[in-house]
Amino acid sequence: MKSTTITLEHGAGGEVMQALIGEIILKNFNNKSAGSVGLESLDDGSTIKLENFDSNSELVLTTDSHVITPAFFPDTNIGRLAVAGTVNDLTMMGAKPLALTCAVIVPEGFPMDDFETIIKTMGDTAAEADVPIITGDTKTVEKTALDSIILNTTGLGITVAEKPVRDSGLSPGDKILVTGSIGDHGISLMAHREGFDFDTDLVSDSAPLWKLIKPLLELKTPEGAAVITAMKDPTRGGLANALNEMAQKSGAGILLEEEDIPFKPAVSAACEMLGLDPLEVANEGKAVIGIKAGFEEKVLEILKKHPYGKDAAVIGTVTSENKGEVVLRNRFGGMRYVDVPAGDPIPRVC
Amino acid sequence: MTEKTTLLKPSPETGTLIEMAPEKIPSKQGIPELEKKLLERIGASARKLRIMHVCGTHERTIAKYGLRSVLPEEIEVISGPGCPVCVTPEADIDIAIALAKSRASVVTFGDMMRVPGSTGSLLDAKAEGADVKMVYSIDDAVALAEKKPEQEVVFFGIGFETTVPANAATLLRGVPENFSLLVSQKRTPPAIGLLAKDTEVDAFIAPGHVATIIGTKPFEPLAYQGFPVVVSGFEAYDVLLGISLLLTQLGEGAARVDNGYPRVVKPEGNLIALKMMEEVFETADSEWRGIGNIERSGLVLKKEFEEQDAAKRHEDFYAKALEEIRKKAKGRDKKRCICAAILTGKANPSRCPSFGKGCTPKTPAGPCMVSQEGMCYNWFKYARAGGSGHA
Repeated sequence: MKSTTITLEHGAGGEVMQALIGEIILKNFNNKSAGSVGLESLDDGSTIKLENFDSNSELVLTTDSHVITPAFFPDTNIGRLAVAGTVNDLTMMGAKPLALTCAVIVPEGFPMDDFETIIKTMGDTAAEADVPIITGDTKTVEKTALDSIILNTTGLGITVAEKPVRDSGLSPGDKILVTGSIGDHGISLMAHREGFDFDTDLVSDSAPLWKLIKPLLELKTPEGAAVITAMKDPTRGGLANALNEMAQKSGAGILLEEEDIPFKPAVSAACEMLGLDPLEVANEGKAVIGIKAGFEEKVLEILKKHPYGKDAAVIGTVTSENKGEVVLRNRFGGMRYVDVPAGDPIPRVC
Repeated sequence: MTEKTTLLKPSPETGTLIEMAPEKIPSKQGIPELEKKLLERIGASARKLRIMHVCGTHERTIAKYGLRSVLPEEIEVISGPGCPVCVTPEADIDIAIALAKSRASVVTFGDMMRVPGSTGSLLDAKAEGADVKMVYSIDDAVALAEKKPEQEVVFFGIGFETTVPANAATLLRGVPENFSLLVSQKRTPPAIGLLAKDTEVDAFIAPGHVATIIGTKPFEPLAYQGFPVVVSGFEAYDVLLGISLLLTQLGEGAARVDNGYPRVVKPEGNLIALKMMEEVFETADSEWRGIGNIERSGLVLKKEFEEQDAAKRHEDFYAKALEEIRKKAKGRDKKRCICAAILTGKANPSRCPSFGKGCTPKTPAGPCMVSQEGMCYNWFKYARAGGSGHA
């Protein structure tokens, strides 16, 4: 009989673990193979066949461990976050995701239904990005050692443009874009976690961005240079952190126009109430993109065709002044520095 | 006072629903071009002027909207002692930490968490395993106590008259037996009196939140001393209107208290809130971090509420811990920074020997560097890279 919770045996390498892999993991991952040996072989590893790629292409490897409290939040779960996060890390490098791994550490007592939902969400999110999950690992630990599930996803990708896209490639004159509204993930999570009844349907924006960004990677200037000069996903630390990193690494300044940054009204209202800066709040399905000036319309046209890019906007310009700094200008000309957040956003009171 | 409320949760700041009046919500709902018009008016009558505000939220508005970068050069806006977490004495933070480390769950507001006591902050203590929790209101702390009746829960109550009424109302409603209040609350009028005697500014912007509770009258001593005063709200246009009204008073050669926030502030204040405060608290002398003792500027629980007074409830522990802390902390504030002079507008942060050296936003030594409202914090932020701020 199928057990209703995870037990230590589910990670012990025996029959029970084999059953878990077969009945839950293999069943819920549709795309499991990137070469002649895939996940369903349950061999010591899997293979990836490389074909039709330029010999100048580079492989990109990234890894991310995901912990989030609670594991379920509006209106998805840690499974989507783990797959989208790694797909996006590859995407931000200008790399097509080739394959993912999935390592799970789960405490005994974790509800089996929740486990299956998370695995299914991983499978669905990977399918959305057309990337197979080809190998994995499952470990169980005593409930005193861990209070929720941990997922690790490693992703292998291959660059599609001549060079990988970096977060350090901004030059003065470039335009800065975001692919959609800012702060949705962090605020929806906080509202959910703290039980705030904001009376809104704000949900996490967690999404794999590969298909949104792919067409931009092919864009070239008439001189043959890539239109995208830099790219980053504004996850923890939000837009403030991502932009500061881009400015510092590029040795340039960034001037943002506050009025042009897309925020959902619920995010603005919640931030105003709680004393948070929406620029410091996490996003899990957005990209910040630096592009060559003059290509704003073309890039926006492409982004807006995809549901994840419908609210895309040009929000600022790269400057030679204020090197390494991000400056925000509001509708009446007031300017302030956008700082690197000190840590997790903490609401202020007085 | 609460008629325009649209959101659902009381603000921890005021304990009333006034915070959620629609005009407070997103700045984009502001009247277009209003700021530009006010700036033109200010520009037309600008004169050499040093304005002090005494409210953390005003500093936040000023920083958030970059107001210093758009005001005429002659107008300087400085931040007085208005950040309640900044003026909370080290010893109170130390006691809270000691309680959290040994016998109770200590619960407080987010911005109190990062403020260092003599050996670290509540956040540091939490990382070391102390039982510290962050809440958005005293109600959340009471709910915590109700959920775990076997656990002592201490709410670290900080702030001015804006947070006091919510605490008073909660105690009057009744709290679980395992709940107590560690009171570190302050009254603004005595500090205002001190500022009137000993400060180097020309005019004051008075805090709209505090005035919502205590009314505009307590600010009159400043006007009697010859300072123009405007009670202001917290949108960019509120602060700009405040500055414009101060310039009008100066132009007329007048010194009075103008209410620049009449959509919220009534001259008499919130009488219900004041009555509740009086029922629960009585005044006492109080230590302000970086400033020193100010007579009758603190609040303590009345005898009837002894059971809910963490200082009494944990008396044995409290007295001993306090003694040790005082021994350790003796004279340290003064050695480390010149906060008192900065908070009263007599010195700029760059005059302080610790500024930018031992004392930075990541390693704050004194209250002015502690939070985003602090003058040193903002000075540090704006001065670096030759920034646009000229505070």
